[in-house]
Amino acid sequence: MAAVRFEHVGKVYRSARGTVQALVDVSFDVEAGEFFGLLGPNGAGKTTLISILAGLTRASSGRVCVLGHDVVADYAAARRALGIVPQELVFDPFFSVRETLRIQSGYFGVRGNDAWIDELLAGLGLADQADANMRQLSGGMKRRVLVAQALVHRPPVIVLDEPTAGVDVELRQTLWQFVARLNKAGHTVLLTTHYLEEAEALCGRIAMLKHGRVVALERTSALLAATTSTVLRFKTDDALPPELAAQARVTGRIAQLSVHDAAAVEAVLARLRSAGVRVEDLEIGRADLEDVFLGIMQSAAVAS
Amino acid sequence: MNLQGPLTLFRKEVLRFWKVGFQTIAAPVLTAVLYLLIFGHVLEGRVEVFPGVGYTSFLIPGLVMMSVLQNAFANSSSSLIQSKITGNLVFLLVTPLSHRAWFAAYVGASVVRGLVVGLGVFAVTVWFAPMRFEQPLWVLAFAVLGAGIMGALGLIAGLWAEKFDQMAAFQNFVVLPLTFLAGVFYSVHGLPPFWFKLSHLNPFFYMVDGFRAGFFGVSDVSPWLSLGVVGAAFVAVSALTLRLLASGYKLRH
Repeated sequence: MAAVRFEHVGKVYRSARGTVQALVDVSFDVEAGEFFGLLGPNGAGKTTLISILAGLTRASSGRVCVLGHDVVADYAAARRALGIVPQELVFDPFFSVRETLRIQSGYFGVRGNDAWIDELLAGLGLADQADANMRQLSGGMKRRVLVAQALVHRPPVIVLDEPTAGVDVELRQTLWQFVARLNKAGHTVLLTTHYLEEAEALCGRIAMLKHGRVVALERTSALLAATTSTVLRFKTDDALPPELAAQARVTGRIAQLSVHDAAAVEAVLARLRSAGVRVEDLEIGRADLEDVFLGIMQSAAVAS
Repeated sequence: MNLQGPLTLFRKEVLRFWKVGFQTIAAPVLTAVLYLLIFGHVLEGRVEVFPGVGYTSFLIPGLVMMSVLQNAFANSSSSLIQSKITGNLVFLLVTPLSHRAWFAAYVGASVVRGLVVGLGVFAVTVWFAPMRFEQPLWVLAFAVLGAGIMGALGLIAGLWAEKFDQMAAFQNFVVLPLTFLAGVFYSVHGLPPFWFKLSHLNPFFYMVDGFRAGFFGVSDVSPWLSLGVVGAAFVAVSALTLRLLASGYKLRH
């Protein structure tokens, strides 16, 4: 049985300014035990899809099941199977970290959960903050509490909605080690992120959303293999000629272009020379998930 | 059925106001005492509402009930709007708790807050005038039912309001006039005919009048009539609240 099943999910937002089709016929399964990535640019519908899964939003059409439990008709069982780490950094200012976690356990009907709460606190590096009020915690610490809250009832399916947005390197490491351990122990993980290197490193399978539609659904390795497998990377202070700039991925001084073969490399270099672009640190490397992502997003734009 | 979930939410809601008791319990008690001192001082000896009952004695149950009602409303409404605006309501929305569990927990905690404040007001004001307890069961029944109605009304307001000023409007333009015009400070028998009739359309009047009947054994209308009106109001408000919660009104889009 699929851990999470999206069946023809559609969502239309109606407001005074008109209607917005946030999701269009989204269908895919996340299998039990998978580490699954949901990627897409801002506004692609990732958070809407996660919200429907969590019961925070209702689908306009289609249905979503968690371990076979419909999230609307059988919401109690579905929500018991699900641990959601929300994107926003929210907290209840009235309580300490331990109180927060005990309350969250209680909501799920779990009693005498202190051993597991201690394990969560230790695993997420929160042990020293257990009795601190939520207001006193730094942003990173609050984020850890959000993760602990989502896991407090030992859900078989864990959903992380951009958990590393604005998070420092140390917490990112702690978080991924912890989540990877849970995944090894059999938990299914569904992750949305903007950090494509994270998705490449962690997710066995990936779905990409654009304008509310699934535009790719593949094993990560297959996605990487299917793409133009090499890129030409260099640093420059000069502007690229327009036809190269249109297909380049530029990060600060670093420009990156996909190249199919040696002839393509030669063509790019010739064009750069004729335009008088000065190039430093030239290298030829393997494409990564970001290249794949950009390629798919561009071709999806052409298709639609 | 697992009661752990609803009980946890109930306990959390009680803890929430208990932790800021100075603001949620002590402050309303002080307000009520000030009303008693000012109105009691000005009107004692000038007004005799019921035979043999002085004005200050008459005023005490009214002030207690007004505090019960206003604080029961404040509890559920402020908790819900704060959670909505700060976003931490999400922790509750992702749980398996049913709409009935939400209702029972929020309304239950509101009743507790109302009764705690009411007891506080009574404990301080009872020393200012002689007091009788003719039928304590009426006192308890009207306090609990009245607080229950207000707790449920607070939930409705908390669901409906999206901003603090909308909540303040609900409180200032609905709850406050209805409680003030419920005969807390006077007997409706002293009112001109138009206002006398209008008062009988205000369900809060029956809450205060029935509550007061428990103390003095006399009232403007029969306590059984009051119980009927208040009971019907409780059923109606609860039914509406449960429907809104079940439909996910302004909670699940």
